[in-house]
Amino acid sequence: MASQTNENRVSKIALLGLMIAVAFVLSWLEVQVSFVLPVPGMKLGLTNLAVIIALYMLGWKEAFFINMVRILLVSVTFGSMFSLIYSLAGGILSTVVMILLKRYTRLSITVISAFGGVTHNIGQIITAMILLETKQIGYYFAVLWLTGVITGTVIGILGGEVVKHIPKQYFLKKSLTKPKR
Amino acid sequence: MSDKKKSIVIISALVLIGVVFLVVMNLLKQKGTTVIVRIDGTEQGQYQLDQDQVVDIIAGEGAKNKLRIENGQAQMIEADCPDQICVNHSSISHVGESIICLPHKVVVEIAAGADSADTMGGIDGIAN
Repeated sequence: MASQTNENRVSKIALLGLMIAVAFVLSWLEVQVSFVLPVPGMKLGLTNLAVIIALYMLGWKEAFFINMVRILLVSVTFGSMFSLIYSLAGGILSTVVMILLKRYTRLSITVISAFGGVTHNIGQIITAMILLETKQIGYYFAVLWLTGVITGTVIGILGGEVVKHIPKQYFLKKSLTKPKR
Repeated sequence: MSDKKKSIVIISALVLIGVVFLVVMNLLKQKGTTVIVRIDGTEQGQYQLDQDQVVDIIAGEGAKNKLRIENGQAQMIEADCPDQICVNHSSISHVGESIICLPHKVVVEIAAGADSADTMGGIDGIAN
C-alpha cells in the first residue's frame, strides 16, 4: 500500500514535469508563429492543449499549476512584464472557466476548450483595455472572440483525441473519467 | 439531443455571438473627417476627407509617397519603397484607421476632426 502511494507520487511528479515541458514547448511554438497573425494579441492557443489534457488526465489543481508555471517560465524566457500580465489575465480566466465548466456541467471537451479559447482572449483584451485605454479595442474584441472560439474548438478536438488514446491506467486519479466528445 | 449535436449547437452559438459583435462593431464605426499625415511621429499636415485631392508626401531623399483622397476615402497610390505594403493596403475612412509605410516612417491616420472640436471648446471657454 505504501509503495502504491509512493509510486503515485513519483508518477505525478513525472507527469507534471512532462506536461510543463509540453506546455513550454507549445508556448515557444506559439511565439514563433504569432507574428504572422494579422491582429495583435491573436493567439493560436496551442498551450491550451497541454492545459486541457492535464485537466482531464491529472485534475484541476494540476492543470492550474501547470499553466501558472508555464506562464512564469515563458514570460521570463521570451516575454516582458507586460506579456506576463496579459498572459496571467488570459491564462487564469480561461483555466478557471474550464475547470468550473468541467466540474459543474456535462459539456464535452471540445465545448469546454472553445470556452477556454474565448475567455483567454477576453481576459487579455480586458487587460489591454485597462492598461492602454485604446479606443479601437472594440473591433479587436469581435475578432479575438471569433478566433478564440475557432482555435479553442480545434484544440478541444485535438485534446479529446489525445486523451482518448491515453490508457486509463496513466490517469492520475480513479475519479477522472474519459471526456465526452 | 446527442452530446455531439449539443456541442455543435453550443459552438455555433459562440461563433454567431462573435459574428454579431463583428457586425455591430462595423456599424458603430464612425466616419472620419480629417486625414492626418505624420512622418517619423511629427505631423506634416491635415487634409479634409471630403476634398478630393492627391497629396505628395516627401519623407526624404528617394522616399516619396502619393496619397489620394477621393469619395471620402484615403488611399496610398504610390510609394517608392520595395515592399509596397502601404500601396496594397485597402483605403481608409473610419476614425482610427491608418496606413503605415514603415520604410519611410509615414503614418496616415483618420481622425474625427477632434482638433476643430477642441478649438470650438476653447473659443467657448474664452466667450464664457
